[in-house]
Amino acid sequence: MSKVTWQLGTVVSIVPETPHVKTFTLKLPNWTPHLAGQHYDLRLTAEGGYQAERSYSIASPPEQVGEIALTIELVSDGEVSGYLFEGVGVGDELELRGPIGGYFVWRGLPDAPPLLLVGGGSGVVPLMAMLRHRQGVGVRTPAVLLFSVRTPDEVIYQAELEAMAQADPTFTLLLDYTRQAPASWAGYQRRIDAAMLAEVVGRFATPPQCFVCGPTGLVESVANGLQAAGLPPESILTERFGPTGG
Amino acid sequence: MAGFFSNKGFQPKRASNHKLPPGQYETTDFPVLTAGPTPRIPLTQWSFSLEGLVEEPITWSWEEFNKLPQQDFNPDIHCVTKWSKFDTHWRGVSLDTLLAQVKLKPEAKYVVAYCYGGYTTNLPLADLLDGKAFIGHTFESQPLAPEHGGPARLVVPHLYFWKSAKWIQGLRFVADDEPGFWERAGYSMYGDPWKEQRYDTDDEDLASDSNIRL
Repeated sequence: MSKVTWQLGTVVSIVPETPHVKTFTLKLPNWTPHLAGQHYDLRLTAEGGYQAERSYSIASPPEQVGEIALTIELVSDGEVSGYLFEGVGVGDELELRGPIGGYFVWRGLPDAPPLLLVGGGSGVVPLMAMLRHRQGVGVRTPAVLLFSVRTPDEVIYQAELEAMAQADPTFTLLLDYTRQAPASWAGYQRRIDAAMLAEVVGRFATPPQCFVCGPTGLVESVANGLQAAGLPPESILTERFGPTGG
Repeated sequence: MAGFFSNKGFQPKRASNHKLPPGQYETTDFPVLTAGPTPRIPLTQWSFSLEGLVEEPITWSWEEFNKLPQQDFNPDIHCVTKWSKFDTHWRGVSLDTLLAQVKLKPEAKYVVAYCYGGYTTNLPLADLLDGKAFIGHTFESQPLAPEHGGPARLVVPHLYFWKSAKWIQGLRFVADDEPGFWERAGYSMYGDPWKEQRYDTDDEDLASDSNIRL
């Protein structure tokens, strides 16, 4: 394992994904290939020396050599996300170290079991890295993304996910709108529950490996529901984020 | 390294003067971080054991454990995912109280905390002694919630909070430091927040160990 030291990345693009979410792509002088699901630590330093750090999941696949994409949600009154949204532009430098995390990762091996990804809000970010990596390495094990959002304007990566689902018959995108669905929506429109999970698990011919990422409440109920649907606890990997952050 | 680089226009938003370890921020709620589903342990099936390098292992039922001398603890806690929470209120049993009930063998130098659900973490024995650690079952006057590690969790507040193993089932005393769940996944063997030992490459002995590790 290479030493995880701080380096200065340069912002090469900033793309708005939703009203409160942006993707920052950074070119790194010491880029190393990451595993889909890993994160980077980002550190801000004030002139007086005060530092604030946050961890952000990598959205890009390891096939995107030399740079990383971090998709970041603006947290209300967030010390770090507030600065990134207001104070950072293309060409600016940011201190980063990574890649970090060896557990919530998908390696994309050819004999991997089918993949069930369940994301809530910006919890979709590490799952997107897995889907992009799956596409990049050409593994065609069946994959389902169950993606829960509150309203239609909160669907991060919507165009790319829909295009991926159209082009790849082994990938299924299931959007779930919990507060307000688009007009004439025929899909899920309630909080993810045990019945929905049993239905989704029923789509797989063999038991899937599950990655669940989102707010604590969603992850708790999804992890419980997947077990109730008959999946063993060791096949369910979770990553939670609380209502705090910044 | 501070001083060479700063982010133009970045201003701290923090108002409190309470001292934070490097890279941490203060939160007032209690985020959850767990690698898998939350185990549910009925109190009638719960037990806590001390085993390994002890003259005689010991196991307490929930009822027996609650009859042990109970104490209040008000630590600050620091999670490796960057949040710190100040002045938390716990009730539980000090490790000093528990360790007084067994005779450790002289070669016992480290501890593996093992848990319902299969989680493990490793600590030096010395970090559990002299009021530095407890088994907590009550948080802010309520039974500790399952997602925070209830019925009971180990609490070692001077180390990053992943060392404070949730759903604790027992402590195994060992002679050598054995990496636990997160430690095998690249996290620090010790986890001192004040030295910012988050990952294994932050550990102080890395330089001398590096030939072996590679």
